[in-house]
Amino acid sequence: MITKRIIPCLDVRDGRVVKGVNFEGLSDVSSPVELADFYSKCGADELVFYDITASAEGRALFTDILTETAKRVFIPLTVGGGINTVADFDRVLKCGADKVSVNSGAIRNPDLIYEAAKKYGDQCVVISADVKRVDGVFRVFAKGGRENTGMEAIEWIKRCVGNGAGEVVLNSIDTDGVKGGFDLEMLDAVCEAVNVPVIASGGAGCIDDFTKLFKTLPKVDAGLAASIFHFGEVSISDLKKELKNQGIPVRI
Amino acid sequence: MIAIIDYGVGNLFSLKSSFAAIGIEAVVTNDKDVIEKADKIILPGVGAFEDAIKKLKDSGMADVVISEAKKGKPMMGICLGMQLLFDKSYEYGEFEGLGLIKGEIRPISDVIDKNLKIPHIGWNALSFKGEKSPIFKYLKEGDHVYFVHSFYGANCDESTIATTEYSAELTAAVAKDNVYGCQFHPEKSGDVGLSILKAFCEL
Repeated sequence: MITKRIIPCLDVRDGRVVKGVNFEGLSDVSSPVELADFYSKCGADELVFYDITASAEGRALFTDILTETAKRVFIPLTVGGGINTVADFDRVLKCGADKVSVNSGAIRNPDLIYEAAKKYGDQCVVISADVKRVDGVFRVFAKGGRENTGMEAIEWIKRCVGNGAGEVVLNSIDTDGVKGGFDLEMLDAVCEAVNVPVIASGGAGCIDDFTKLFKTLPKVDAGLAASIFHFGEVSISDLKKELKNQGIPVRI
Repeated sequence: MIAIIDYGVGNLFSLKSSFAAIGIEAVVTNDKDVIEKADKIILPGVGAFEDAIKKLKDSGMADVVISEAKKGKPMMGICLGMQLLFDKSYEYGEFEGLGLIKGEIRPISDVIDKNLKIPHIGWNALSFKGEKSPIFKYLKEGDHVYFVHSFYGANCDESTIATTEYSAELTAAVAKDNVYGCQFHPEKSGDVGLSILKAFCEL
């Protein structure tokens, strides 16, 4: 049986992990390579590197980091942030990324998903959507959640999948950072609309939130989180043990 | 030394790195002499069957792979590379493969439950078939490996050495004499995957 995936997300700026971390045995807590290796050893099923660099110099540092990580860490690696063209796909795939996630880049240029999927295959293209309720309607937000595009989210996600996106990361702005659990209502709506893997993001605060996610919505394939892993509030190995105890299929 | 065949498809960075991680020298090459001198061969592949088999044949690499296989050199096809070893594929048409493994490639939608997602993507457990293959000597039943595929090896029971369950039993790995194939990605399957590559290198 296919297992549920647990995915830590690392925000990287100018080649360093942005949020502070504090793990025993980790010599350099802001090194993405060290942290990626650590998470892989703890049982992470996949890693997401999110590039929040604004400068060209930072971009080059980011691809160096990817190369170093891909030399040491042998689990799937997804890259997001600053992906606006097919050339950006090429740049990160050559450095060892397996999948590329697009967000604002696809909003600006909806053909990007189609072009990238045609060139690299659907399995390579991930649509990452930042979604928030506005007057009771799910709306897509751009620019890191700061700008309402006015687009209805479910239709947007269906369109992206129709264009060749092979996976969806749904980040609920409403639950992000609240640590009160994933946005089950929003996730359910997306799972009903598409037949590609859906990754839940935004809102995880404790192990129970993951258990509830997979038990309530068996169609969700993976849970993604950042700070709760970085700050050691939830250890990936404890999380996976508990999921297994609860009868949820995981890789241990 | 391991020769990873380069015929213009896919990204071979992780594959090359995975051999480096287990201390084995691997070169990415389309040089016939280098491939003939290599101890073992890896046939990688991502993308569509039609495009890949065409590139493999046009580059002359198909003939090299077949002649080295006939000489008894250990080789392993990975993902689409495994599928290329089969007699033929029904991926968007009907195409001849290398004919090193008896059977054919068919869509997983033929056999899996209709409500399951395609591609079959993620970590799934291995179930060994027949006598445990030497490439699995460091593994135990139920170890997880990483899959990404929409097509699978069918009618290949006599060469199947492992399967995985996705509502139906799907071919996960095959072997015929010195020719091996993995549907999953050992280079993306953590320590389990690396130990398969290590065992292959020790053949």
